[in-house]
Amino acid sequence: MINDEDENAYQSLAAAIGGEERWAFGTGFDDPLAGIDTTVPADLDAAALAEQCLALGDDALVMAQRLGLWCSNAPELEDEVAIANIALDLLGQARMVLTRAAQADPSVRPPSAPAHVPDEDALAYFRDPHEFRNVRLAALDPDGDFGVLIAQLCAFTEYRITRLDDAQASKDPVLSAIAIKGRIEATYHREYATGWLIRLGDGTDESRRRMVSALSIIWPYLPDFDREVFDAALSRASLEAPPQQPAPFVDERTPLIEEMQSLARAIPEATW
Amino acid sequence: MPDAAWPLFEVFVRGKRGLNHVHVGSLHAADAEQALLNARDLYTRRNEGVSIWVVRSSEITASSPDEKDEFFAPSGDKVYRHPTFYAIPDDVPHM
Repeated sequence: MINDEDENAYQSLAAAIGGEERWAFGTGFDDPLAGIDTTVPADLDAAALAEQCLALGDDALVMAQRLGLWCSNAPELEDEVAIANIALDLLGQARMVLTRAAQADPSVRPPSAPAHVPDEDALAYFRDPHEFRNVRLAALDPDGDFGVLIAQLCAFTEYRITRLDDAQASKDPVLSAIAIKGRIEATYHREYATGWLIRLGDGTDESRRRMVSALSIIWPYLPDFDREVFDAALSRASLEAPPQQPAPFVDERTPLIEEMQSLARAIPEATW
Repeated sequence: MPDAAWPLFEVFVRGKRGLNHVHVGSLHAADAEQALLNARDLYTRRNEGVSIWVVRSSEITASSPDEKDEFFAPSGDKVYRHPTFYAIPDDVPHM
């Protein structure tokens, strides 16, 4: 007898679990915070925890917004989806960690946010751009140059992994759980970005020329992090660290964040 | 299509409860390693899979639509080839 489900690969892939039939594809999603007490431990410095969460959240949010601009602009359809997936991973991290920041220290919530707006959205949409704590590398605009994007993403991911490792060791169980999930995601981001770095750096004369130029563009924006793995990736790509130069005085963050916030500020009740 | 276009790969995914890999679609990639990454991003975004195979489309040998009759018609009337005349024991899964 022919099983009708075999007609649709996704139907046979998506094993429906009770109550999750509404998902068209895939079921059994995990909640990274399942079973974790979200009470802020009394012996923690709540303000310092909120600071750490905001820094992690802002890096992820700003980078996600920057990556989102590649939708419909990546050189290949396959990479467009890959970049969007990375952006969505980062956005998910930002949501959880910004929520945690406000749980740890409610005073970080911007007073201008309407009361019905959840904490994560209040922090994302109602702080002014200069209040964000992201590294400059995350806001850097590759201006449509895929090589610059790859260099940016490689460096950002290595930097983020060191920050997530710090967060994983946090005495706050919620931040630690978020970091464990983020670390797995970041490991894939690294595989994607370094894969391209090596292909382009070690590819044709033209791709190599473009990667050398891309590195010199991102280099002034490099945050402080353990560069061991990043440098190893550069060397596998036959690339060298360019001479250090001061970062140009360009505010790439303000227009990026203003665009991100424009809808939420114009129509705070908007849903979709 | 330009000469430099990446080759096509076919993607097979095994679902969480699936017993075998199922063809889910195709994609372009420079090589098999990249095809695997692209497949992960294109075809397992919604938590579908636990295992992925990729193979170059050009490596697949397919039956021809012209041979459809001689290939498949002979089995169309042989209902006795289905194991429906047996009682399947309860402890035999996946029949």
